[in-house]
Amino acid sequence: MKSMSAIIFKDIVIEMRNKESITSMLMFGVLVLVVFQFAFETTNVERELLAPGTLWVAFSFAAILGLNRSLAMETDNDCLQGLLLAPISRGDLYLGKVASNFIFMMIAEVIVLPLFVVFNNLDFNVKLLEVAGIACLGTLGIASVGTILSTISANTRIKEVMLPVLQIPLTVPVVIASVEATREVLTGDTRGISSWLYVLAGFIIVYLTASYLVFEFAVEE
Amino acid sequence: MKLKVLAILTFVSMLTALYMIFLYAPRETLQGDAMRIFYIHVPLAITGYVSAFLLFIGVVGFLRTGDLKWDRFGETAAALGVAFISAQLITGSLWARPIWGPWWVWDSRTTLQLVLDLIFIAYFMLRSYLPDPQKRAKLSAVFGLLGMIDVPMNYLSIYLFRTQHPQPVISPGGGGVAPEMALTMTASFIAVGFLYAYLFNRRLAIAKVEEEVDYLEQVMLAHE
Repeated sequence: MKSMSAIIFKDIVIEMRNKESITSMLMFGVLVLVVFQFAFETTNVERELLAPGTLWVAFSFAAILGLNRSLAMETDNDCLQGLLLAPISRGDLYLGKVASNFIFMMIAEVIVLPLFVVFNNLDFNVKLLEVAGIACLGTLGIASVGTILSTISANTRIKEVMLPVLQIPLTVPVVIASVEATREVLTGDTRGISSWLYVLAGFIIVYLTASYLVFEFAVEE
Repeated sequence: MKLKVLAILTFVSMLTALYMIFLYAPRETLQGDAMRIFYIHVPLAITGYVSAFLLFIGVVGFLRTGDLKWDRFGETAAALGVAFISAQLITGSLWARPIWGPWWVWDSRTTLQLVLDLIFIAYFMLRSYLPDPQKRAKLSAVFGLLGMIDVPMNYLSIYLFRTQHPQPVISPGGGGVAPEMALTMTASFIAVGFLYAYLFNRRLAIAKVEEEVDYLEQVMLAHE
């Protein structure tokens, strides 16, 4: 636990100094929302039906940017070597990185979310809190699998390109479940939401456990 | 010798299956000849899942033992997975156009197979950008493991997502199928099964040769 919080602390300090990760995720997320507004402006489909999809496209792609940044930071000056030499288990290292990635993604998303409400002419009410809760789960899912995949892709020559290729197929369940849960909250018809939350929770538990166990293979030299 | 027997069995069973598909099986009353593509389509779909299972065995075997032979095993399974699932998606699309209207329908089965195909392809892309054999084996095994864990979860989420999907025309409880049709399907399953086994064997041998060539190249470079 102590080693985990040390890693989180280190990442937060670095992020406060250069602000690279959060700014790039934030900008990207906003841009995706804006582009989708142009794309859907002329269609007459209800906003509540379309909006969740745009939100999760923005979140999941912004997350990929953040994950790329987060690992580039470690590989740039061989910082990863230093981390690996530290007397902590690989699993703790993984959990620490997941936690800090999750925190940065959440900060960016908390800023994107009000803009999402404004762009789509939704209301600031309790539904927004529910969407934020779903965003927490979905983002944790993306961070859990994304952290280990970014470690894998960092070993290839085309790091930044490799990550989305690896990550998008694997996060299909997260994206489907999050989009559907968000849609049910926004339309007010929440009969099926529990099964989507189960899918999200199951995904998080399975991937956190599996990645915790195999992370040492992903970082071993 | 064994390989020759397997090759002959594959050849004969393929010819038999083709004969049965086009000449022996009766014409389906509603869909006409388009339905005949199912005799190929369904076995291909099943071999796709077999590939996923074999890849899972390969990656777990490698992560447990660190033996490169499991890496080759996994790679072979993924290679056949890409080939068979892609063929299955194409045959499905060819069938869907005259019967359903569109080339592609985002129903649960097609979506699931497409995502599985994408995972296999991602596995290959990852491998091709990792030159060092040990590292390639290790990292692709980690990805393969995460990818194959994803299959049941994809299954669950996509089925929840598309609960209104059209039922398959042929399924174990899917109503009456003429005995000739059932027999043709069985023959086709046997043929595709033999083909899979044969290609698996050949691909595995190629992977081994490739590895030896890699090793020899490195030895040569070291001597220069």
